[in-house]
Amino acid sequence: MKFRAFLISTALTAVTISYGTLAHAADVKEVQMLHWWTSGGEAAALDVIKQAVAKQGYAWKDVPVAGGGGGAAMTTLKANVAAGNPPTASQILGYYALEYAEQGSLADISSLANKDGWDKVVPVALQKFAKTNGKWGAVPINIHSVNWIWLNKAVMEKIGGTEPKSFDEFVALLDKAKKAGVIPLALGGQPWQEATMFDSVVASTGGTDFYKKAFVDLDEGALKSDTMKKAFDNLAKLRDYVDPNYTGRDWNLATAMVIKGDALVQVMGDWAKGEFAAAHKEAGKDYLCYRFPGTDGSVFYNSDMFAFFKVPADRQAAQLALAQVTMNPDVQSAFNVIKGSVPARTDVSDAAFDICGKKGIADVKAANAKGTFFGSLAQNYAQPPAIATAYYDVVTKFMHGGIKTSDIAVTELVKAINAAK
Amino acid sequence: MTEREAAAAMTRRKLGPSLRGWFQDWLPRLVLGPSFLLVLIFVYGFNLWTLFLSFTSSKAFPTTNLIGFTNYMRLWDWTFETDPPSNWYTALVNMGLFGGLYIFFCLFLGLLLAILLDQKIRGEGILRPIYLYPLALSFIVTGTAWKLFLDPRIGLENALHDWGWKSFHFDWVVDPKMMIYCVAIAGIWQSSGFVMAMFLAGLRGVDGEILKAAQIDGASTYQTYRRIVIPIIRPVFFSALIVLAHMAIKSYDLVLSVTGKNPGGAAELPSTFMYSYTFTRNQMAIGSASAVIMLMTIAAIMVPYIYSETREQNR
Repeated sequence: MKFRAFLISTALTAVTISYGTLAHAADVKEVQMLHWWTSGGEAAALDVIKQAVAKQGYAWKDVPVAGGGGGAAMTTLKANVAAGNPPTASQILGYYALEYAEQGSLADISSLANKDGWDKVVPVALQKFAKTNGKWGAVPINIHSVNWIWLNKAVMEKIGGTEPKSFDEFVALLDKAKKAGVIPLALGGQPWQEATMFDSVVASTGGTDFYKKAFVDLDEGALKSDTMKKAFDNLAKLRDYVDPNYTGRDWNLATAMVIKGDALVQVMGDWAKGEFAAAHKEAGKDYLCYRFPGTDGSVFYNSDMFAFFKVPADRQAAQLALAQVTMNPDVQSAFNVIKGSVPARTDVSDAAFDICGKKGIADVKAANAKGTFFGSLAQNYAQPPAIATAYYDVVTKFMHGGIKTSDIAVTELVKAINAAK
Repeated sequence: MTEREAAAAMTRRKLGPSLRGWFQDWLPRLVLGPSFLLVLIFVYGFNLWTLFLSFTSSKAFPTTNLIGFTNYMRLWDWTFETDPPSNWYTALVNMGLFGGLYIFFCLFLGLLLAILLDQKIRGEGILRPIYLYPLALSFIVTGTAWKLFLDPRIGLENALHDWGWKSFHFDWVVDPKMMIYCVAIAGIWQSSGFVMAMFLAGLRGVDGEILKAAQIDGASTYQTYRRIVIPIIRPVFFSALIVLAHMAIKSYDLVLSVTGKNPGGAAELPSTFMYSYTFTRNQMAIGSASAVIMLMTIAAIMVPYIYSETREQNR
């Protein structure tokens, strides 16, 4: 075991060189935080936590690894953990946290969790990722949902559009924009972005129950069904409304197109709201937020978590301080106002939030009670990464013409998912 | 000289050479030892470790659960009719396209530049470094620069539109089907100067007397190069081919930087395939299997070359 760990760590250390490694011996009065929050809105949100940690008397050591989806950051993290040099905490997404928990790499912060009563306030669906065998090893800082559309209000008024209530109305609205000479749909042609949009399209086409059957239960019948084919056909419809240069564009650049009024709408998780906020735009006045047409009442979520790794005893105090700060209701409120997400605690007041935030909080509460609160497949909250990336492959190939028909797409989807299991 | 001193001198003479001889024998070994050990562990040791991993069912972290050739079978589980092509098949086709174009054009342009520079022209001292200079840049810099240059929104197409050539259209870098050609363009730009330098060195080694004789016989410049010079510098072709081939196979940073993170695997090469499967897609065993296949490919090129080189030395 030891020898294997040595082998892995040396192999992976080579990888980290390209990203920069952590300081070797972490100071005990310092919080080392690995994350991929490098866009404007994200960095501003993280600042809230930095300040709160500073108040507790801990220095902050930032380890940012750029890359929207966090792929590069996860690689760096893996290398550092394997090398026996984990950060105090790392931003992490659901299934990755579980992988580390199964490896036994996560610390146990249950004592703090019990003292502050997290079990009662964190949505049960999320606890599945934060706890393993009843032990808390990670804390959720927010809940994002992917089924949103963000529209530039001025453009909307110019073309005389109204809120689309169904997928067909959405297409009609895009058509209006196209005729008016605006780029209708701002999209970055990266696999995770296309897949994130497809999450919403599937839910809109087949309904929440269908989404659950196909993506949460991986029911082969549902994956192969005509409904799924129709979802792919609907995705193909959206493809007609992106600009020709969308390949490889980062998500925040796509958001900027909507902010500037070059494009009408972006389909993106509510982290896009952070970009609007960073550009000093106001919800309802400068931009509009609606649930993706046909998915109102359901929430397809992902959550940013901080995972805590096993560290030497003298560094644990810093860890607990960060965990406590993260779960503090005031910090959750301030952080999420900036980030565009909603608090990961159900007992945080929505007073500080704008109309989109208030709607988000209400939606999460309602969906949680109604049982329409499901993880996003594109965001690693419905299935492990191997399956999520197989899903990316199919969606991206379909978007870019590698897969020509929706019949082939569903066959490929089943094949890819089975191969990744 | 007393008897004792004479005896001491005798022993010194006896000891001297043997101690020096011992040093002469052992010094190179001592100097090379550490690096040899490091190479043994970190190159060959890890080659074996990767080979072992490729037979396991490793996902996010290595396991020792052996499953035989399954990973290799999954990689080769396609036919030419498979639609859409599997990722590994795409990687191989792109490797063929990129490698073929890159090697051919680097050799062609390198030779052409070398021959043109070899015409005893003025300013060769300035021109040579200019052509060689791209080699000093890392692939990531080259790739990023070419990406910006080829990007239709801000680069070449945009500039020509501004200057009035409205119908000009060049969007390969954002077209998934053409991306790999952009990678090849950037690679050729980077490496042809280096190949030129190799050829130039070869050309300088050609005996002037032979060229004079050819001139007297009334051979045209073209004939001289075609029939005399190029056959003489044939070994240079071979060396350049070897260098270019392994550069093509291990290209990674160039692909990512030119295409902007290789969206949708459109410009997948075996190297990017290996990295993404091993480190980001949590399919370490599949990634390892692809790495082993790459190693064998390079070995298939290098081993005969090394063999022929050593045989020539022994002759």
